[in-house]
This record gives sequence, structure tokens and C-alpha cells, in this order.
Amino acid sequence: MKLNLKIWRQSGPNDKGYFDMHSVEANEHMSFLEMLDVLNEQLISEKKDPIAFAHDCREGICGTCNLVIDGRPHGPQKGTTTCQLHMRQYKDDDTIVIEPFRATAFPIIKDLVVDRSSLDGVIQAGGYISVNTGQAVDANAIPVEQEVAADAFDSATCIGCGACIAACPNGSAMLFTSAKVSHLGKLPQGKVEHKKRVQNMVAQMDKEGFGLCSNVGACEAECPKEISLDNIAFMNRAFIGSVLTTED
Amino acid sequence: MKLDSKVPEGALAEKWTKYKSSMPLVAPNNKRRLEVIVVGTGLAGASAAATMGELGYNVKCFTFHDSPRRAHSIAAQGGINAAKNYQNDGDSVFRLFYDTIKGGDYRSREANVHRLAEVSTDIIDQCTAQGVPFAREYGGLLANRSFGGVQVSRTFYARGQTGQQLLIGAYQALSRQIAKGSVDMYNRHEMLDLVKVDGKARGIITRNLVTGELERFSAHAVVLATGGYGNVYYLSTNAMNSNVSAGWRAVRRGALMANPCYNQIHPTCIPVSGDYQSKLTLMSESLRNDGRIWVPKSKEDAQAIKEGRKTALDIVEEDRDYYLERRYPAFGNLVPRDVASRAAKVACDEGNGVAPTGLGVFLDFSSAIQRYGLQEANSRGLSTDDTNVTKLGKEIIKNKYGNLFQMYEKISGENPYERPMKIYPAIHYTMGGIWVDYNLETNVPGLFAIGEANFSDHGANRLGASALMQGLADGYFVLPYTIGNFLSTQIRTDKIANDTPEFIQAEKDVKERLQGLIDINGNQSVESFHKKLGKIIWENGGMSRNETGLKKGIAEVRALRDEFYKDVYVPGTISEFNPELEKAARVADFMELGETLLFDALNRNESCGGHFREESVSDEGEAKRDDNNYTYVAAWEWNDGQDPKVHKEKLKFDNVELKTRSYK
Repeated sequence: MKLNLKIWRQSGPNDKGYFDMHSVEANEHMSFLEMLDVLNEQLISEKKDPIAFAHDCREGICGTCNLVIDGRPHGPQKGTTTCQLHMRQYKDDDTIVIEPFRATAFPIIKDLVVDRSSLDGVIQAGGYISVNTGQAVDANAIPVEQEVAADAFDSATCIGCGACIAACPNGSAMLFTSAKVSHLGKLPQGKVEHKKRVQNMVAQMDKEGFGLCSNVGACEAECPKEISLDNIAFMNRAFIGSVLTTED
Repeated sequence: MKLDSKVPEGALAEKWTKYKSSMPLVAPNNKRRLEVIVVGTGLAGASAAATMGELGYNVKCFTFHDSPRRAHSIAAQGGINAAKNYQNDGDSVFRLFYDTIKGGDYRSREANVHRLAEVSTDIIDQCTAQGVPFAREYGGLLANRSFGGVQVSRTFYARGQTGQQLLIGAYQALSRQIAKGSVDMYNRHEMLDLVKVDGKARGIITRNLVTGELERFSAHAVVLATGGYGNVYYLSTNAMNSNVSAGWRAVRRGALMANPCYNQIHPTCIPVSGDYQSKLTLMSESLRNDGRIWVPKSKEDAQAIKEGRKTALDIVEEDRDYYLERRYPAFGNLVPRDVASRAAKVACDEGNGVAPTGLGVFLDFSSAIQRYGLQEANSRGLSTDDTNVTKLGKEIIKNKYGNLFQMYEKISGENPYERPMKIYPAIHYTMGGIWVDYNLETNVPGLFAIGEANFSDHGANRLGASALMQGLADGYFVLPYTIGNFLSTQIRTDKIANDTPEFIQAEKDVKERLQGLIDINGNQSVESFHKKLGKIIWENGGMSRNETGLKKGIAEVRALRDEFYKDVYVPGTISEFNPELEKAARVADFMELGETLLFDALNRNESCGGHFREESVSDEGEAKRDDNNYTYVAAWEWNDGQDPKVHKEKLKFDNVELKTRSYK
């Protein structure tokens, strides 16, 4: 199939970007990123600048790939990362618009590659359990109810891609942050630091330039791991509770 | 060069405990003055950097990724082994040690493997305390499953995402140290050279991948946690950016590459579908518990399937060859990875393969669906007519493997509940790596290698669920202690300056090398060279190797290398964000490693583990080890592009008897 691609090009963070038109011959078995590989090989053979895009595992788990495809982070297929999207979703002569994840906290590096270190900043503010190597008790010393562990797991499955932020009209990182707060806060091992963690991570979210949450829900709809909005509700409750009950 | 493994004296089970208690320590005030560089943030690198940060060292940690959470450890599905014996089924440290030695076909170091088995239990405690949501039983205690043909249930798991959860645990521990300031984290920095001063590893040269700027970083010691080199085959289950360059640059500076021919080929991957293909996707080994592997008995049927004139469903039972069940009646579809992979290759080489390329075999769940469906219908007292049995059976299979079936369907576009999956073996893990002694220190003083980047624990074949165990054992519980042996001798050494002639020269070398790649200004893309290299290595150093092919492969790699330096095209400049340049430098290193891999395979005229030499087979055509001549580690020294030189470390087995692995 022949595809028409309208792709965002931008040479650096401070440069003005623009859309460029390309066409590429693809087949239905290709993944979306393999289709871009084909285009890049074509551009290189013409000694033109290939399109920069982020990718690594191509199995939907590392969280590196990050394209907005026809206006949707990770494209049209529900619960699927860009790298797991295949060309059988498209037909001959389709036009596809490809852009980077856009958010204030994600400056563009080049073309479709953005800087997401702001997400690391949020984790560094408290997204961990303070246990040094060697301090742990036997793993079976603290039983955890199966449902609680499963619930924590559903939050822990976040791949840190940032689609929730790109989907949000405010560029808010509430789903990302709350997923971590829920993962750790629901487990007995993580409860000790829970209040402090919530406050610190929420404060860091603001410092990193993420926007406020206005309950749009686009984050949940576009999350490739289908992380639930319930996480945000959990964090909001925890945040209000912690502000009311801690001294500092 | 004499390779001293530095294995401590004493009984096997006491070596580590005694050694740990008698190792020189570094006092807290001195730790604050000592700097350590860690390259790589997978399970091994992140856990090592975090733990050394906790201990009080000044750590500088580097990754070429945009965040330390992305390394390919994250993609491990199955689980992590530990000798906890929570299931009371007779597991023990010795049994895990023994299984690992035997699984590795007696080509690993006893003392290292025993230590790995010992610390395995601490890993589970540590990760649980960090909040890793391992699978649990109804009573809230940890669940286990059996894995990879061993007879006990010692594998801990977190759904099919164990690697992800463990890596996030290590990433969070690392993040905590970054916030405290004990670890300086450098994202998007790629190590392009190792710097030695007075024979010791004292720093690295990195390229900032965003700006292209070259930078010099110094420290008292350097730790490589840079993963495996599976991408030398171009198509593998590794991530696209996984590469050998950091390790290979160390080899160019005097470290040794040990056993590079020991590569693990995983039998259950989705087959290649076309030339554009960029990587292969693994389907968890657990599928072999219920799937039956077969090809059509007749080549005509295979041809008809390839051309789309027939499907699997048109082949009646009598015309199917369940070749694993036929050849290995005792283990059937559950033979180890290396055996299953070779058998698939034989079936396809004989012309019975089923994918459009001819390289694929069926993994069929229809028997399991019928069996489970009937059991379910009987136990619930429901109708046992075909439709109902099939429906119930599919539900059971969905509960067990739903996410894998969904992934298969996304990639292949075929519904595996209705038709058998097509699978084919692919490169998955590399047991070979940088040579290290018991301290995980290379032959270059002050240079350490941990995780998949070293060679030490898996011998010629790795057991399932042992990669995660080794990465975390090295990073959390071994290196942070053993590095003290070296660092305790460095307490009188001041901060290492990064503007000495050695650093300046190394930076200049890197700059010239990179500029040289751009200046070639040829006509072929980096990708096209990588593909050609992969094809040469796969055809001559893949699942089955022989002398003629290996010699031919070496000549072809050399010719390709010449062509590369004459005709590669790398766009852009060195001082900007330039992924093509990154790739070019990595492919250049892969060519040198690839050649060394073929030399190693040529040298080792025996079949062991993942290394199968056609010249060394039993009367029944099975792999035959040659313990008299090859019970050694082959560590290769780079020889400026001439034939590499081999150094041998003899392996001694005092606690296990060398036996032939049999799965008949």
C-alpha cells in the first residue's frame, strides 16, 4: 500500500517546526515503526535528513516510543503502544499525520523526539520505598492479600511513556504520578512513607511544569497500559488526607 | 597472559561467606572520597549504582537511554529464580547451583555459580521490600512456578512482566540515591571509550547524544553493566539500541571477550515476515507447557501452506510430524531451549517449514483446548459435545496465556485460538561476555563487568528465569562488596584528574573515529551493513556451526568491514543529535565482535549448550561435548584486526560430576 505521511519536522528545541509531506510504500505486516524505518532508508538513500523518532524495545514495554498519530498518542488502537501498532490498521492511499508528544514539560529535541526527564524528576521526589540493600526482612514475613497485590500491580504496570500527559489538554501528569502513589501506597511495605510521598510527588509535579487536572479523562483513554482514573481519585484522597494530618 | 580466577580457598558452600567476612573494607570517610563510574542502568547497573550510593561511594551513572527506566531488562517476561524453597519441594542452594551448572553444560565456574545460588534468596527479600508486586497465593504469601524443565518450583514472577517490575524496583532505588546526591545520573550519554591511566581503568569518554558534545569522566573504578551483544545477529529479541560498544571499547583497551560463541537461541519467537523486519518478538517459553510443535510430514503439504493453498487445519493428524515428541519421547515439547531450537532448524532445513519464508513451525493448542475443555465440562457436569468442549477449552487457555495470544494476534494478524501459531527460533541472550574473576573484575585493574555484560555464571547455556537473578545478584549483593577489594587499595589516591594526556588522547581518538565515519560519505546506509553482518553471523555462527562455514563467515565479515569503511553513508555532523552516527559506531564494533565470535566458534570443536558444532555429534546426531579438550573458558584478546588471540582459563569441577545431558 502507498501511504501519505504528514510528519512534524523540527531541527531543535528552539527552532520553528513544520509539517513535511512524504510518501512510502508499506505492507500490512509491517509495524508502524518499521514503516518509518523504510521511509528513513529511502531518505538516507537520497542523502536527505532521516526523521528522528524515539524507539527501543518494540515490544510495548520500555515506554520509549511516543508518537501522536492522527491526533492520538500511540495511535488509534486501544491499549497499544506505537511500536505494537501494525499497518494492517491502514489501507492504500491513507494519509497519516505524525507528531511528537506535546506538553510544556516535554521540550522537543528533534523532529518526533522529546525530553521526558521531568517524569524522572517526579519519581526522584518520592516514588520509591526507602529500603537499602540488605535491610529487607524475609519476603514472606509480610503477607499481602492477593487482591491488594493485584490492585497495586495494575498501577505498577505504567511504562512511563507520557501518553497521559500528551493526551491531556492541560499537560497534567496526574495519571502518571497517581499510578506510582497507588502502586506503593497500597502495599504494606510502602504505607510508612505514603503521606510524605504524596506531598512531595505532587509538589514536584508542579515544579516540573506539568499542568493541573481538570478531570477530562483523556489520559485513561489513551494510556497504552489502560491505567485507571481510579488512581487519581486514590491520590487526591491521600493528598487531602495528608495535608490535613501532617504538621509540616 | 595468565588468567587468575581468584576463587577463594575452602569448601564450596563456605567460600563466599568466609571471603565476605575477610575482605578488606573501606571506611565511611574514605568511601566519600572514592568515585565509581557505572555504565548502564539495566537490572545490574541500576542495582549496583543504587547500592554503592547507599554505601557512601560517589557514583556517576550513565545510560544512552532517555531515562534509567528503559533498559532491555524491562522486557523479560517469565520470572526470577531463587532457592527459597517456599514450596517445600526439596529445593536448596545446592540444587539451584547444580541445575545451573548442568544447564550450562559444565562450562561455568563452580564458585561463581554457587555464590549466585546463595544470594538468590536475598534478591527476593530485597525486591519485595521495594514494592515489587510478585504473584501471591490466596493466603498472601508468594507464589512460585516451575520453569525451563527443572523439577522444583523456584521461579518468582510478576504476571508476564517480571523484568519490568524488577527494573522499576531498581530504578526507584536508584532514583532515591539520585535525589540524595550520592549518584549523579547522566541520561543520553553513550560511553565511547575506556580511559586507562598507569594500566588501571580510570574513566570513560562519553558522547552527549542530544548535543553531540564529547565529555571526559574520571573515577577510581569503572563498572560496565552494558548488557549482551545479541544484536550482532541484526534480528534478535533484544531492543533496537542494545549494543556491544561499551564492552567492545574496553576490549580494544585490553579487556578480554570470553566465550563469545555461547549464544542462546530461544525456540519460541514469531517468525520473520519480510526484509523490512527490524526485530523479533519472543513468545514466553511457558507456551510450550500446553502447545504441541509440529510440521507437515510431506514437503508438498509444507509447500502448499507456504504458498497459502492450504492451512494447518487441512493437514490431518496422520500427516503431521510432532518432531519433538518423536525424537525426545521423555521430554517431548519441553526439551531445553537449545535442543528445541536446533530441532526446528532441522525440520525447516529439510523443507518442511511452514511460514512464507519456509522458516517456521506450528505451535498448536488444539489438543490442549480439547483436553482442558473436556475436563472442565466433566467437572462442571456440562455437555461434552464438541462445540461446548472447544468453547470451555478456549476459556481455560485464555486465562493462562491471554496476553500472549493477544500479542501474537497484534503482530501476526492471525487468531491463535483458531489456527496454530507459527514460531521460529531467534537470538535472545548471550552467555559470553567480558572475562571477569571471582570479584567480577576484568583483567584490567579497576574495570568491572556485571550482568549479561560478563561471561561468568551461565556457561554454554542459560536456564530460564536465571538472567534476572544474575543481573540483580551482581548488582545488589556481589559487586558492592567485591569492588571494595580494589577500592581499599585506592584510599590514598586523590581524585582522578580528567585533563591528563591519557584522557585528552582518548577524547581525540573518539572524535577522529566519529568524524572518520562521516567523512566516508559513501552510498550505503548503516542499516544495510548491519543487515548484511547479521545474515553472515546467523548463517555461519547461528544454530549450527561447522569449520567451512565459520572460515567462510570470517572472510565475509572482513570483506564487509572493508566495504563499510569505504562506502557507508552517515548523514549529519558529530556535534548534533544524530541517531545514524550512533548506529554507525555501534555497527562498526559489532563487526569486530562478530568476527571474534566466529573465531571462538571455530576454536571450540565440540558441541556444548548453545554452541553446536556439526563435527561433534553422537551416533544419534545429538550434541557431543569434549571434556578432555575443551573444559576451559576461551578469553579473546583483540589483536589490531589480525586474528584474535585466545587465552584459556581451565575450569575445575570439584563438586559435580560431568555428565552428558540427555532428554531422550
